Amino acid sequence: MSVLLIAEHNNKDLRPFTLNAATAASQIDKDVHAVIIGQNTETAAKKLSELPVVNKVISIEAPHYENFTAENFAPAIVKLAENYSHIVCSANTFGKNLMPRVAAHLDTSQVSDIIKVISPDTFLRPIYAGNAFATVKTNDVKKCITIRPTSFEPCESSGGTATIEKGEAVEEFTNTKFIKREEIKSDRPELGTARIVVSGGRGMQSGDNFKLITEVADKLGAAIGASRAAVDAGYISNDHQVGQTGKVVVPDLYIAIGISGAIQHLAGMKESKVIVAINKDGEAPIFSVADYGLEADLFEALPQFMEELNKLNTIQK
Amino acid sequence: MKILVAVKRVIDYNVQIRVKDDGSGVVTDNVKMSTNPPDDNAIEEAVKIKEAGKATEIVAITVGEEKAQETVRKALAVGADKGIHVKTEGALEPLAVSKIIQKIVEKEKPDLVFMGKQAIDDDCNQTGQMLSALLNWPQATFASNIEVKDNSLEVTREIDEGLETVEINIPAIVTCDLRLNEPRYASLPNIMKAKKKPIEEIKVSDFGIDITPRVQQLKVEEPPKRKAGIKVANVAELVQKLKNEAKVL
Repeated sequence: MSVLLIAEHNNKDLRPFTLNAATAASQIDKDVHAVIIGQNTETAAKKLSELPVVNKVISIEAPHYENFTAENFAPAIVKLAENYSHIVCSANTFGKNLMPRVAAHLDTSQVSDIIKVISPDTFLRPIYAGNAFATVKTNDVKKCITIRPTSFEPCESSGGTATIEKGEAVEEFTNTKFIKREEIKSDRPELGTARIVVSGGRGMQSGDNFKLITEVADKLGAAIGASRAAVDAGYISNDHQVGQTGKVVVPDLYIAIGISGAIQHLAGMKESKVIVAINKDGEAPIFSVADYGLEADLFEALPQFMEELNKLNTIQK
Repeated sequence: MKILVAVKRVIDYNVQIRVKDDGSGVVTDNVKMSTNPPDDNAIEEAVKIKEAGKATEIVAITVGEEKAQETVRKALAVGADKGIHVKTEGALEPLAVSKIIQKIVEKEKPDLVFMGKQAIDDDCNQTGQMLSALLNWPQATFASNIEVKDNSLEVTREIDEGLETVEINIPAIVTCDLRLNEPRYASLPNIMKAKKKPIEEIKVSDFGIDITPRVQQLKVEEPPKRKAGIKVANVAELVQKLKNEAKVL
């Protein structure tokens, strides 16, 4: 049987992690079908059909799908499920919100946040904030899997010619009403997919001081991250949080500034290829995962860092 | 209004966990345990709603072995009125836990069920959504703000893109984010008083539901270790290393 991939999108465009989830789906089974649920999703559905790993697209449209509520999405997916052995989507807030609802309707024990497909029923997943890896085998007939997007490469985005079929909408769930979404728009790369991430912690001492981080990030073409402490203190908005309960990032370069390195923060960044820590406390746990540690006052180090970066004539963006 | 709050006993968030040598799991003997952190936020929010006069009763429930009762006792010390301990042996999957809580919901008839958005041991992030599906109730996951209205809640949810606000009709499920509130500490007099509050003990076998695990844990291992890094003397050295050694600039 085939794998059903749940596409994540904003009605116009696919969201980037759909491509990572498509890769994971194709590692489970070569026959990947993708469902896109929304309203006026024609362009996004076309892009989905162009992913070479996708063999068929099912497009379900209705006004009550415009805002991606799990209560509306789940029954539509459950209705399709009988033709599939696996249902797959990203373990980001979209998939975390939706997939367990699908799994419970199917009486399936979901496998969350996998980082590797070992076989179609066996997966590797981190537990305890990534301090242990569990190999798990699911015995359920229908398998509901969420994948950690940063652990799978995005698939090719063009060259595919999957057919697009219309699927059937299910009646509206009226006890949940979408009110609004406040998206923080930014010209910077997305945190989850950026090549470089510059993150600030409690050591930044104020939201104003985050402009030191912003300058460095702009110079490097980097995304901005933050520890939970910095978000809790109101220095920066929640969509920047890196960690066990925030986002997991795996950039080529992660620069942790004024971040002590609690277990929960390390969970979100310790797979980064190169880690730099700047902290005035030489005993801070962040240094235990850093490839390059600089024990210094960040308010002195950051302006110097900018100066040194300005001296470099080539910075890859 | 009656609020049911589900709490889970987990290894304390400050403990550096150790994987057992035989790969069968992580060491839990003689390890500090406490309430799953966002479950504390769930209890706190319920207590705040009650203090605001918008709820009349808070029931705290846990599903787990003998010692899991500590988490219910703590909830009682913080302000829950009564406790329920569904006794089980061994680890349960979120699907099984949500089926058990479903039975409790049918019996207790709460208007709201609160719990943490994720347990920090298995990191599954499933139980609230699954319970909500089983009951066909609305769900507001990852809540960072809750406003109680007449027959609904307006909930702000933390999502990857920023914030989302939904209105959910009661009865409903809310899974709580760490930023929802600042959990209080139980005062000594309240801890003493909590000892007198009732905790109903129920054997999981009384429900007659199948809780057999569907997912086998074949092996637990330590993640690959990062090789030790170096300390650099100054910013100039750092930038040179990043450029010439790591080649990331």
